[in-house]
Amino acid sequence: MITRRLFCSALASFGLLAAAASHAQERFITVSSTTSTEQSGLFGHLLPLFEKASGIKVRVVALGTGQALDMARRGDADVVFVHDKAAEEKFIAEGYGVKRQEVMYNDFVVIGPKADPAKAAGKDILEGLRRIEAAKAAFVSRGDKSGTHAAELRYWKAAGVDLDKAKGPWYRDTGSGMGPALNTAASMNAYILADRGTWLSFKNRGEMGIVVEGDTRLFNQYGVILVNPAKHAHVKQADGQKFIDWVVSDAGQKTIAEYKIGGEQLFFPNARR
Amino acid sequence: MHKLHHTMIEFSDSFHTAWQLLAASDSRLFAIVLLSLRVSFAATLIACVVGMPVGALLAVGRFPGRRVLIVLFNGLMGLPPVVVGLLVYLLLSRAGPLGSFGLLFSPTAMVIAQAVLVTPIVAALTRQVIADEWSEYREQLRSLGASRARAAATLLWDGRFSLSTAALAGFGRAIAEVGAVMIVGGNIDGVTRVMTTTIALETSKGDLPLALALGFILIAVVLIINAVAYAVRGWAERRWG
Amino acid sequence: MSTAWLAIDGLGLTEGATRIVDDVSLTLAAQRTVVLGPNGAGKSTLLRLIHGLLHPSEGALRWSQPLSQAMVFQRPIMLRTTALANVVYGLKLKGHAMDVCQRRALDSLAHVGLEHLAQRPARLLSGGEQQRVALARVWALEPELLILDEPTASLDPASSREVERIINEIAASGTRILMTTHNLGQARRIAEEIVFIDRGRIAEQTPVAEFFKLPRTPAAQDFLQEEMP
Repeated sequence: MITRRLFCSALASFGLLAAAASHAQERFITVSSTTSTEQSGLFGHLLPLFEKASGIKVRVVALGTGQALDMARRGDADVVFVHDKAAEEKFIAEGYGVKRQEVMYNDFVVIGPKADPAKAAGKDILEGLRRIEAAKAAFVSRGDKSGTHAAELRYWKAAGVDLDKAKGPWYRDTGSGMGPALNTAASMNAYILADRGTWLSFKNRGEMGIVVEGDTRLFNQYGVILVNPAKHAHVKQADGQKFIDWVVSDAGQKTIAEYKIGGEQLFFPNARR
Repeated sequence: MHKLHHTMIEFSDSFHTAWQLLAASDSRLFAIVLLSLRVSFAATLIACVVGMPVGALLAVGRFPGRRVLIVLFNGLMGLPPVVVGLLVYLLLSRAGPLGSFGLLFSPTAMVIAQAVLVTPIVAALTRQVIADEWSEYREQLRSLGASRARAAATLLWDGRFSLSTAALAGFGRAIAEVGAVMIVGGNIDGVTRVMTTTIALETSKGDLPLALALGFILIAVVLIINAVAYAVRGWAERRWG
Repeated sequence: MSTAWLAIDGLGLTEGATRIVDDVSLTLAAQRTVVLGPNGAGKSTLLRLIHGLLHPSEGALRWSQPLSQAMVFQRPIMLRTTALANVVYGLKLKGHAMDVCQRRALDSLAHVGLEHLAQRPARLLSGGEQQRVALARVWALEPELLILDEPTASLDPASSREVERIINEIAASGTRILMTTHNLGQARRIAEEIVFIDRGRIAEQTPVAEFFKLPRTPAAQDFLQEEMP
């Protein structure tokens, strides 16, 4: 009697597993991308159109840029879609990617308290950062190997600020994604470097607003790379390439440009063909 | 005082949002809730199939290392979900030993991770229940000539009402965790997104009212399941004594 | 039956600092033996040593031939299932086929007058009914030795009498009975021979009529004085 019940339970659990596994029968590719890209809502707008045109489903795993590339190095993704040119070129040089193609750019902005205690407002990112450091105004960093974090570090360096020396209680290294970091900044009225997309969809703004924007140095370039099938034989080369081809095609680029939040365009397509 | 008032408004807004989401029969919401239930239920089932016999044998058995195993399982009840997620990720990753199965970022991977997480809980709680049963039944079962293995099986069935609580505890742990399913599932929209990972996502997007609303729904689901289990158990206990 | 079926040789059990059973040497030959003694004398322990539920610290049990045994406890232990299933359980453990088990179990329940309660959850039965189910359970196994540890201690007089009747029937079918009880009237009715234990040691082993008329040892005399109304 007991064995009968055990057997039924085992059957039921395998049935559930099978149902779950049957999901895997559909045609799909795995794209590793960044949390800021996913949270901007771009994929929700872009992917259904690709899926309709090609019949290929796109499964996006959103992580920090560093993690996204590491995941691809392990062979757990077919395509990489991130925004850190230096890291991407290293990825290709190591042999993990086939070719890097530029897709679009969005820009970074500095978010901060509307009262702007450090008087950082303006169009110059480097000057803005210098003033924040000089005032020792609270500043939140993502600190998570992401494209945004890498950019932030580059700007500090370009501004002539030696972070190791200048770091103090004013500089908060949170080790978190864009959303949580914005939450933290909002709750402590701190400055933070963010991508415009995440900011536009961020709802918990408190007393915060855009402080620095429009500096061409703030532009954030996205690249798409097929994971090298020579390194990982199971990579879905044909379908992955179809996705890349579509994203840089007229149709894909137009769709990117059409994505708006609150009437504002977020991403500016710039693929060269 | 003003901040408390503000928070209360946020709470009641979220309550309202939760009702609206349910009333609108949002199909995506239902898919997310259904997936949460399926994954955690399957994981708990596996945890019971594996953990309950192990727990019972630990309770009635006599073998070297038994005490060490008991302490081990008790300790593993506190396994951090994120650590389990990381370990299973490393196993299932293409670069890992089980990579060729291609299970990563699927509901199956989530079931596996949660099963690993929950099995020690079910085993340790089962051991406790069966040990209590054993102290009551030991002489009679040995007198009748039951082997230890046979006694374990008998007590597992006999203790089924108390064991249902162990299973529920395991299920509660599974459906409430986010660390494991986030890493091995990847929180993929429409494929591996469950209630807890959705709450995490909406929170990180700054959409706190929606996150809170989903949280209310999750709590409600868990409470309903517990209430039903409690009622069924009460009825069954009255019936069987 | 007058051939010895068990020779107990220097049996002892120490637990911690206490000597629970001390140098017990005894030959059991009667068909119905009742063990008497004051509380804490070691009666239940002796029965458990003979049944094999406890292991002695010293001494040995020498069986003239291996005997199949069953035991009934003071509190009937019922599984959370029907009365019938409880009886079937013991038979199933012996390896019989399910239909054979069911049939013999039902017969056994009929012997104890409970066939109408076969499908009732055993734990919902009264104390007396549960003990009768326990007896049905052991009877179905047809043991050569039945050990009972104060089987009627928690029962009302009517149920006690029923249980005595069943024990007598089991004895009549050839099973040896080894029992303890605090009910002296019951001991008198059932026993052929009395074994009297005091503080872990055997004080007396006497045929029943003699024991109650003229106990040999002062301990036994004191015991009877106190227990008799």
